[in-house]
Amino acid sequence: MKCSEFLNELTNYLDGALDDRTKSELDDHLAWCHNCYVVCDTTRKTIEIYRGSELYELPEDLRTRLRSAIMSKCSAHKKSDSSSS
Amino acid sequence: MSTIQPNIEQPVSEEMQLVRRAKRGDDQAFEELVRRYDRNVFRIAQHITQNREDAEDVVQEAFLKAYGNLAKFQEQSKFYTWLVRIAVNEALMKLRRRKPERTVSLDEDVKTEDDSLPREVADWSPNPEQMYNQAELRDILTRTIQGLPAGFRTVFVLRDVEGLSTEETADALELSIPAVKSRLLRARLQLRDRLSRYFQKKASGDGNQ
Repeated sequence: MKCSEFLNELTNYLDGALDDRTKSELDDHLAWCHNCYVVCDTTRKTIEIYRGSELYELPEDLRTRLRSAIMSKCSAHKKSDSSSS
Repeated sequence: MSTIQPNIEQPVSEEMQLVRRAKRGDDQAFEELVRRYDRNVFRIAQHITQNREDAEDVVQEAFLKAYGNLAKFQEQSKFYTWLVRIAVNEALMKLRRRKPERTVSLDEDVKTEDDSLPREVADWSPNPEQMYNQAELRDILTRTIQGLPAGFRTVFVLRDVEGLSTEETADALELSIPAVKSRLLRARLQLRDRLSRYFQKKASGDGNQ
């Protein structure tokens, strides 16, 4: 297996979306190809770091304000709908 | 090597019960749906628009649109996937308005030439997150993901940050499954490559700092 072939399957490999035979071919490649091993390992770390990063959390006070704005607009929408029908 | 599993698993039936109650005019049920997904919609919106005020607007507009169009929701997908589709469209509209000089589309050309495997790959420090303090790390992660094209960024956020499946991501973005997979691969590799600048092992062997 060539490195480019490994790379094309990297997303499926990391997502566990491969049949046993293809997975074992990729495992064999990883066993001897250090570059692909590093790319695979650090790509997995990249995903884990972003998944755990909580970059854009919604602060509770803003959350409450947004929810109350949404619900009051929904209620206005309902009233205008029922008065027009 | 371990595989990455999605981190969201919502019981469909409970969600659908809320949707059906909301469709019958029960606003408390709709409010429960807002509570359930507002954080997710906010994250997705801010990742796409890269602007907090725009993200706040997107949260409001997406839920209002969902409310107004609830009768049209066919229940063939999860409510959440349908909501994400609305939110992504609202967020892309905001982005286009803010950056009219750049065409913003989910169909941006995906480079297909085989140029993504670096010739020399530097390994990372064993605990890369610990090389920086929290504020520095946030800054690195934010700047790095903001550097991705909108189409790649959106797929990465839905799939890897929010934990939607490939099929749900394809459904929410109205893309084919191969298109989602190809963008996800490019996004993951580009992020990895850019983060390597910050996270690679130091040559002196002090990578454990």
